[in-house]
Amino acid sequence: MSWLAHFNYWAVIVVMMTGLYMAIAQSDLMRKLIGITLLQTAVFFLYISFGFVRNAQVPILTEGAERYSNPLPHVLILTAIVVGVATTALGLALVVRIRERYGSIDEAELASLADEVEDLEPHHDFDDQDEHP
Amino acid sequence: MISLLLLLFLAITAIAIVRSRDTLTAVMLTGLSSLISACLFLLLDAADVAFTEAAVGAGISTLLMLAALHAVAPVRPQPRRVAWPALIVVLLCGGLLAYGTLDLPPFGAAENPVHQHVGNHYLEQTEREIGVPNVVTAVLASYRGFDTLGEVVVVFTAGLAVLLLIGRPRRKDEERDAR
Amino acid sequence: MKSHLILSIVAKFLIPLVLLFAFYVQFHGDFGPGGGFQAGVIFAAAVILHLLVFGHAATEHFIPTAVLKIGAALGVLIYAGVGVASLLAGGRYLDYDVLADNAVAGQHLGILLVEAGVGITVAAVMILLAYSFQQRGHDA
Repeated sequence: MSWLAHFNYWAVIVVMMTGLYMAIAQSDLMRKLIGITLLQTAVFFLYISFGFVRNAQVPILTEGAERYSNPLPHVLILTAIVVGVATTALGLALVVRIRERYGSIDEAELASLADEVEDLEPHHDFDDQDEHP
Repeated sequence: MISLLLLLFLAITAIAIVRSRDTLTAVMLTGLSSLISACLFLLLDAADVAFTEAAVGAGISTLLMLAALHAVAPVRPQPRRVAWPALIVVLLCGGLLAYGTLDLPPFGAAENPVHQHVGNHYLEQTEREIGVPNVVTAVLASYRGFDTLGEVVVVFTAGLAVLLLIGRPRRKDEERDAR
Repeated sequence: MKSHLILSIVAKFLIPLVLLFAFYVQFHGDFGPGGGFQAGVIFAAAVILHLLVFGHAATEHFIPTAVLKIGAALGVLIYAGVGVASLLAGGRYLDYDVLADNAVAGQHLGILLVEAGVGITVAAVMILLAYSFQQRGHDA
């Protein structure tokens, strides 16, 4: 099974690169966030792979267990998953706000909107409405 | 063997997410990929992580994405065209990473450098110093308690920021922007 | 909101079980897989199920936003407070050995309190997130 020794890492790389491709190539902001989430999952998986020991037990102390997997990556990733969903939610909130304000979540459209605003300075439809309640 | 199948399935799901035109499909497939990775975590002896991933990734995260998708609707489908510069960059980067893995120690060997450091200390000392059978909990809450405090503060801060951004119901004068 | 009979009955049956499971995960985390992070998320999942099936008004009646805001801060306060308590008891920050008569009992107490803090914050933040997104989606 020696040729399979790195199969885990290769699968991680495939998932990681798919996420990266989504984040840089697709212009929809939601899809960019999904890509980043995928990339994140791949990183989690990489860490857990490092912590794994063959023929070992889950790191919960039991009678008669000889060897346990490394608990440290588990701790790091456990907290990272929860922090990850909180930060993803922050990204989603930003996307929702952008959609409400500019009517689009497409990166290219938003960029062209920004050019328009520059051309039509100083007065424009996108005046800051948040200032007055 | 089953973990190989699951890994293959995970990779296929990831590619299906990229190729999907509809964002809703992509979100649902992301939930699926989380569930698969939760199964994989369990097979890799990380019971606590699998637990968390199943609850967070397949549950809350997918749900928040669906809610956000509803709030930004309608979303135009992604045109199916390949962005060649991005693809080349990604392939190069992936190739380099794959080349890098050739120097990594074999997967799952007990002699790997990762297992020679502080991990052993935790496994050997937890019973005497903490008296809690679940080593992950012992490390999380006690040995690395300061780290976890930081993580909790991050979760709190992220929640605060989301409240500031979209905490209040939408005002009437903002509706005109919705097209 | 349209009434979904099957959904609401299944939800009514499931929500107490999920809440119970969340508490089990919270307090059994020392012995089996589990702990504050998982328990908080599972608790939030139960509340979010209620939110999805019965709507925002019904859920906010049980768990008001104000309570959640206090809860999110309270969890962090408990966690940091345990650290200060161990400082005052003569130890280092977050060193639970000094919290009780012997080191192991102190560790148990410290872990219990810290995990409770984590659980409260995570659950409150997750429910707050769901509230925020749901409200935005509703009138868009």
